Amino acid sequence: MTEATASEATASEATASNTTVNDAASGGAAATGFGPGASGRGRPARTANLLYGETETELRAAVRGLLADKAPWRDVLARTETGQTCDDGLWHTLAAEVGCAGLLIPESLGGAGASYREAAVVAEELGRTVAPVPFLGSAVIATAALLAAGDTEFLPELASGAVTASLAIPFAAGTRTRPESTVRLDAPQRGDERGEYRLTGTITGLADALPASVLIVPVDSVPYGLYAVRVSEPGVGKRPLVSLDMTRQLSEVRLEQVLARRIAAGPAAEQAVAAALLAGAGVLASEQLGLAEQCLDATVAYVKERHQFARPVGGFQAIKHRLADLWVSVTQARAAARYAADWLAAGFGPETTMAVALAKAACSDTALKAAQEMIQLHGGIGFTWEHPAHLYLKRAKADSIGLGTADAHRASLDVLANLPAPE
Amino acid sequence: MLSDKTDQGGNGQLPDADALRSQVAEFLAAHDPGSAERLEFLRARFDAGLAWVHYPAGLGGQGLPRSLQVVVDREFTAAGTPSNHPERNGIGLGMAAPTILAHGTPEQKERWLRPLWTGEEIWCQLFSEPGAGSDLAGLSTRAVRDGDTWTASGQKVWTSSAHMAKRALLVARTNPDVPKHEGLTYFALDMKQPGVEVRPLRQITGEAEFNEVFLTDAQIPDADRIGDVGQGWTVSMSTLMNERVSIGGNAMPREGGMIASAARTWREHPELRTPGLYDRLLKLWADAEVARLAGARLRQQLAAGQPGPEGSAAKLVFARLNQEISEFEVELAGGEGLLYDDWTLRRPEGANFFGRNPGFRFLRAKGNSIEGGTSEILRNIIAERVLGLPKEARVDTGPWKDLPR
Repeated sequence: MTEATASEATASEATASNTTVNDAASGGAAATGFGPGASGRGRPARTANLLYGETETELRAAVRGLLADKAPWRDVLARTETGQTCDDGLWHTLAAEVGCAGLLIPESLGGAGASYREAAVVAEELGRTVAPVPFLGSAVIATAALLAAGDTEFLPELASGAVTASLAIPFAAGTRTRPESTVRLDAPQRGDERGEYRLTGTITGLADALPASVLIVPVDSVPYGLYAVRVSEPGVGKRPLVSLDMTRQLSEVRLEQVLARRIAAGPAAEQAVAAALLAGAGVLASEQLGLAEQCLDATVAYVKERHQFARPVGGFQAIKHRLADLWVSVTQARAAARYAADWLAAGFGPETTMAVALAKAACSDTALKAAQEMIQLHGGIGFTWEHPAHLYLKRAKADSIGLGTADAHRASLDVLANLPAPE
Repeated sequence: MLSDKTDQGGNGQLPDADALRSQVAEFLAAHDPGSAERLEFLRARFDAGLAWVHYPAGLGGQGLPRSLQVVVDREFTAAGTPSNHPERNGIGLGMAAPTILAHGTPEQKERWLRPLWTGEEIWCQLFSEPGAGSDLAGLSTRAVRDGDTWTASGQKVWTSSAHMAKRALLVARTNPDVPKHEGLTYFALDMKQPGVEVRPLRQITGEAEFNEVFLTDAQIPDADRIGDVGQGWTVSMSTLMNERVSIGGNAMPREGGMIASAARTWREHPELRTPGLYDRLLKLWADAEVARLAGARLRQQLAAGQPGPEGSAAKLVFARLNQEISEFEVELAGGEGLLYDDWTLRRPEGANFFGRNPGFRFLRAKGNSIEGGTSEILRNIIAERVLGLPKEARVDTGPWKDLPR
């Protein structure tokens, strides 16, 4: 007859063979980094809140209302066939009216001073509409990199939406190992000042880089460094790529002796990149959750309306059971996504890494399943260009690869959960 | 001082954990667990409102939030006091008690809840029949009234604990001339009488956790009817809701479920590891952990007063994971997986996955998607009640006696 205790959402000691208590709850990036050292086992000292708070619910309503008005799916679809796949107008509205661009930025720097819990809620809503805005790339990943590096130059403009930034790492990069950089340091040019650098190289497969006015570029120099590049500098070239998901179009960036400023070096740079990718993967999981919920909602609504054999097709058990299973998957994904958002809000440490791995794995699978069920259960119409289902399928598939596949995230359980791989 | 507060009803300030702790300390000062007789101690604990604090005053509780129960349990356990052995009376505590609380008369609550809680009276559940599994409302056990006594006859099946039980929750047909859901009545049946025969029903595991129960003119005083005549379906639903909450809904630590033994074997036996099994293990471990978080989230919703429909997902996921994990575990065991620990007909006191070999878990888990509502019925419930999809076309709406069987 014992009841649930408040600490049950806390990971137990079952996998804690090292007994050090990590200080993830106290925040800070000290424990962040790539490799096994970043994921030593320890007992987390806090209980995650897996619910949505009042502020989060209000934020959701504001974002949802705005997106319903400014990002109907027909517009989203139409935009994928234009030369301007990112909706700059919508992004500026989200930044100015709801403060979405500066959620993670402290109030002292013009941001909202909110946390990853709120950012995750915004991501859910953007996932529901597959809205083509650079929230993930700029307001989450690039912002997390700058915050972790302690570089404040761009943060006020990022918060206002005046600047959009992108971390120049391919979207397909995983979160576990430091992605190899394809950019090198070049010789300084005449007139370059101390602290100024020149970068040359090509990075391909970048998400949310097309609208970016600032690029945060990692370079495998000695020491490893993180550099800021203004896109307006001479020598920067961007080329859009025909992408599976045109609502988040990828691009290739070419740098030719471009003037850059170093914002972090050595372990600090490495930690900033690790934190940014981890935060990105965790928030992306919430985007996938929102996408999955929308696919489920839209499909449930459709099968109630669609009649065949003189009955709503939603009355057939073959369809009811598939949708019940999908709903179950969504309930599981939601718990994992909230766990990740809450641990990210608390800081970086082994349990945050665990939470993100679980969330990205669960939400990748669920979002893809939801989009696939949406197509199948819509039947003929779901396979057509004129129905939004394909937008969700393409986003779901791209998201399932972006920032680490489900498989890659589960593979990190070898260390996180002490489940060693076969020899 | 504490009871003063609760006596004030809604106006009083709720006692906090510290106040409860001192209440337990006062109780222990007055009832030395070292010298008190076991049952006397448990009865006194019940009478002091320290049995289940979320039950009403006078019925073993104090009308407090359920979340405070753990405080009390911890104090009593720490003091080494006698246990009411809740594991022996899962149906009594998990299903009978909430049903009696919700639908019983004041006299019934007074009479049944104390011996139920102390473990003096084990309860079982006479619901399923050979001809009524998923279609519980179609059951045929008849109860006929003669003055103040009902006479019940029929066959029940899948009855855990019947061989130990003093009382049973019984649903019987009292009116065959109306549609099936309307002709049922709910009773508490005295199991220790000549009209009740209990036979072990052996399962695929070799043991017999449950029984067949044959009722032949079993007698039930009308005072033991729970709810009105014809209201049996409504009362049954509250019992079943509690059953589904109790299956798959318990709090547990990371690696607290069936994944524990699979992970332990994996860690201790590097020679058993293969790439294919590894992929499965990682997926199962991650899914089990996410299911655990979903359970934690559900309880946070309940604690915050925002109950959602997510509870019906928990049992489905629990059944699937238990089956997949135990399948994995037997395969991981290789040659050992070809062995079984014991086929002897045994009568365990409850379902317990541990302390047996992987083959037992593999077989026992097959019951998880059948007991307490099959996974197929749960999917129907989710589809219809959560997602609002249309119900199946029904052919069983006429009087029960005219339905094909």
